[in-house]
Amino acid sequence: MQRIGVFVCHCGSNIAATVDVNKVKEMAMFEPGVVHAEEYQYMCSEAGQAKVIDAIREKNLTGIVICSCSPRMHEATFRKAAERAGLNPYMVEIANIREHCSWIHKDIKEGTEKAVILMRAAVAKVNLNTPLKPGESRVTKRALVIGGGIAGIQTALDIAEAGYEVDIVEKTPSIGGKMSQLDKTFPTLDCSACILTPKMVEAAAHEKITIYTYSEVDKVSGFVGDFTVDIRKKARFVDMDKCTGCGACMEKCPSKKSLSEFNQGLSTRPAIYIPFAQAIPNVPVIDTQACIKLKTGKCGLCETVCQAKAIDYTQKDEIITEKYGAIVVATGFDIIKLDNYDEYAYSQSKDVITSLELERIMNAAGPTKGHLERLSDGKAPKEMVFIQCVGSRCSDTRGKSYCSKICCMYTAKHAMLIRDKYPDVNVTVFYIDVRTPGKNFDEFYRRAVEQYGVNYVKGQVGKVIPQPNGKLLVKGVDLLDNKQILKQADMVVLATAIEPSSDVRKIATMLTASIDTNNFLTEAHAKLKPVESPTAGIFLSGVCQGPKDIPETVAQAGAAAVKAIGLLAKNKLLTNPCTALSDTLLCNGCSTCANVCPYGAISYENKEIKDHGIRETRRVAVVNNALCQGCGACTVTCPSGAMDLQGFSNRQIIAEVDAICQ
Amino acid sequence: MQELVNRAKELLADGTVTRVLGWKSGDLAYNPEPAYFETDDSLQNFVYNGFCGANLSKYMITASKLEGKTLVFLKPCDTYSFNQLIKEHRIDRDKAYIIGVGCKGKLDIEKIKKMGIKGIESISGIDMEDDTDILKIQTIYGEKSCNYSDVMLERCHMCKGKEHKIYDEIIGESKDTHDGDRFAEIEKIEAMTPAEKFVFFQKELSKCIRCNACRNVCPACSCLKCVFDNNKFDSQQKANVDSFEEKMFHIIRAFHVAGRCTDCGECSRVCPQGIPLHLFNRKFIKDINELYGEFQAGEDAQTNGPLTSFTFDDAEPSIVSERG
Repeated sequence: MQRIGVFVCHCGSNIAATVDVNKVKEMAMFEPGVVHAEEYQYMCSEAGQAKVIDAIREKNLTGIVICSCSPRMHEATFRKAAERAGLNPYMVEIANIREHCSWIHKDIKEGTEKAVILMRAAVAKVNLNTPLKPGESRVTKRALVIGGGIAGIQTALDIAEAGYEVDIVEKTPSIGGKMSQLDKTFPTLDCSACILTPKMVEAAAHEKITIYTYSEVDKVSGFVGDFTVDIRKKARFVDMDKCTGCGACMEKCPSKKSLSEFNQGLSTRPAIYIPFAQAIPNVPVIDTQACIKLKTGKCGLCETVCQAKAIDYTQKDEIITEKYGAIVVATGFDIIKLDNYDEYAYSQSKDVITSLELERIMNAAGPTKGHLERLSDGKAPKEMVFIQCVGSRCSDTRGKSYCSKICCMYTAKHAMLIRDKYPDVNVTVFYIDVRTPGKNFDEFYRRAVEQYGVNYVKGQVGKVIPQPNGKLLVKGVDLLDNKQILKQADMVVLATAIEPSSDVRKIATMLTASIDTNNFLTEAHAKLKPVESPTAGIFLSGVCQGPKDIPETVAQAGAAAVKAIGLLAKNKLLTNPCTALSDTLLCNGCSTCANVCPYGAISYENKEIKDHGIRETRRVAVVNNALCQGCGACTVTCPSGAMDLQGFSNRQIIAEVDAICQ
Repeated sequence: MQELVNRAKELLADGTVTRVLGWKSGDLAYNPEPAYFETDDSLQNFVYNGFCGANLSKYMITASKLEGKTLVFLKPCDTYSFNQLIKEHRIDRDKAYIIGVGCKGKLDIEKIKKMGIKGIESISGIDMEDDTDILKIQTIYGEKSCNYSDVMLERCHMCKGKEHKIYDEIIGESKDTHDGDRFAEIEKIEAMTPAEKFVFFQKELSKCIRCNACRNVCPACSCLKCVFDNNKFDSQQKANVDSFEEKMFHIIRAFHVAGRCTDCGECSRVCPQGIPLHLFNRKFIKDINELYGEFQAGEDAQTNGPLTSFTFDDAEPSIVSERG
């Protein structure tokens, strides 16, 4: 029989306001095995932990239940305290009477009743707990960064500077990401390329950094400290070692009608192309969809003109398998498709553009060489309208519920730059709210209004109607004046919502990292662990975790790097002892568990079994404790109940359910 | 049938197989039962006719552990169970010599009895070679007759086809007797209100006497030790002690065989209380087909079922709340 102590925390008034903690303490004494119960204001404080330690020693406790906050918050704290008192840390159970109880109840009677039930379930479980001992696993001193935008580059640089090897996997032909497409950056208006390209060069030149561009993560196995990753290097059809980046192939390529991804489709590029002048690596790729040689077998002009003999039409995708201790996700964002927003006439008029398209138009290396002009007729606009929150802060399912965060600032930037360069252009911005928190951000926005005379109108635009005379009739509303506004605009710019990159779901699934309903990767704790994924060894950098501007992204990239470095600096990790264990006497050898195991931790052996006088060789499952992560998939799929999870055995779970239902 | 016996004798004689797994005649005209035969003499009792519904696949689990090969007779639908058991490493393909036997649909004696045909002495028209749509039944009250298809097992109206999915040789002609809608009954139950469903299942499952025949015959229920027989769990329970257990038994069993059940219908065939147990399994099959795409367990011996393999297109857990 266990000797169990129950400790009920008030959490100040967080718990005590809606749960009668004394009642929970009193009720605990009626539970089987409970020999000690007490309550205290802050159990996690030093004084609270001392109470736990003293009770374990004085009453010879064999197990403890802490009725407090979520185990995600303080399970580790109390396990350490138990260990200090000489108790196996896995004899500690947490009854979450805060998040699961006091915070969601208003009535103290109901709250108390539920808290007692949760305590009872935890006591029932501890009664069946057994001491567990963690094992050890090694740490591969190498990090993988998925995504080569500013977030990925910064993380990789920081990790490399700490002395660890880093690989960057970037799906497009060049690193640089969305930042490379931007013209100027707020709030200082320095040129994006001027601050980004040196970093790109630094990453490429760093001896600890290996960059795989035009590559994707194909498969991930393993666990924290010991991931094995297959990287698919897509066929470039150009030998990266031989190519000098002279560009002769691009000039001669006869297939020049493909839309430039870099210029958001506003200009064309050849089938063999380097996405932009400062691209890293400065090596072209061949677009298989556009290349005449690859499609028909005829042409081969690029091969003829290439003096370095770098063109290789037979190149195939290559799989590189590498081991990593830590993985940082920096997959960034895309802007949403505007199919659901027909009212803004984006698909009907060339003069309705997204803000990212405007970035390209304003850029000296862009499709108009930096001249602000209408894409329909090349004329200079006189009247420009910006529409904010297109797809952001949306209350229905058409768009995104969240604020994209960067649009208010870049729209102020665009408006200011246009008014500065073309003072004769009238600029009107329709907004729901202007949100400019951040260092020197509000000052920046006010400059746009006060110094540059940008006309801000609080209200939404209902419709943009292309007119026969080439103008755009913008129908909006001014909520402050409570009147309808009709404007004849030459250009309309949509502050289009951002969303996580489209392949983040696939990557998250491979990494078993959780994502939220908007496909943003979830952090381990919204406040205290903002750059860690709940999956050990996976870290988050940049917009993949939530909308961010460049300064925030760079800060978070550094934070993610520090967390990864902290992991890589360790020589050994303690493994979770809550692993699966197969009862060889019950195992049918059916392989179902091995089929569902995401970690490849289960193998099969032919073992001699002695079962009630029967001696025979049976095929039985064997769990590799170093690989098993304790997810429990095998235990629920095993038909005979041979597979069980240590620390979360079927018996323990059923005992908890029984305690709740009694 | 004589062809089967002759071939069995040959295979025994040339040492290809050590024993034969087939059916022997029972004490009545309509109750043959699975049996092993090791000698020519014993094969005198071998029988194969319209009442040989019993699926012999599961017996191969034990036979796989015996010395030498076993000749096993499998009907087309039995081969699905056989494949499924190979997939689960429960039987050894190399220990079996499979003769795929022809099948024209198997008969349900309960349906014959329900027609008021009682006191049966003998039945003609049930042999593999017989080419007739009419059964002639000699009873102590004189000769009666009925249509073959009217008294076929429910599962034969949902026939999976006349093709054997695994075999070494085939003897006899098979017929695809499919003429029903496999999920019609399920759709009817799905359309019920929760209260109606509860009444329906309570009515059916309260008949259960917990004889375990369904479990013991089921090729998917092949655990060395069933969770209901294991004192390691609180689920150990052998008798029908209360109504909760009796309902949970069948529901848990259906969950355990989900994704692996080939819909062979043996559970319903052997139930002495006539509980339509196959409906549970079919509900799972229907759901799996809808959520993960058409899947037939035992179609081959390699493909992992949708519940034990992962693809990026898999249904999300939220489907539970969406479907209600």
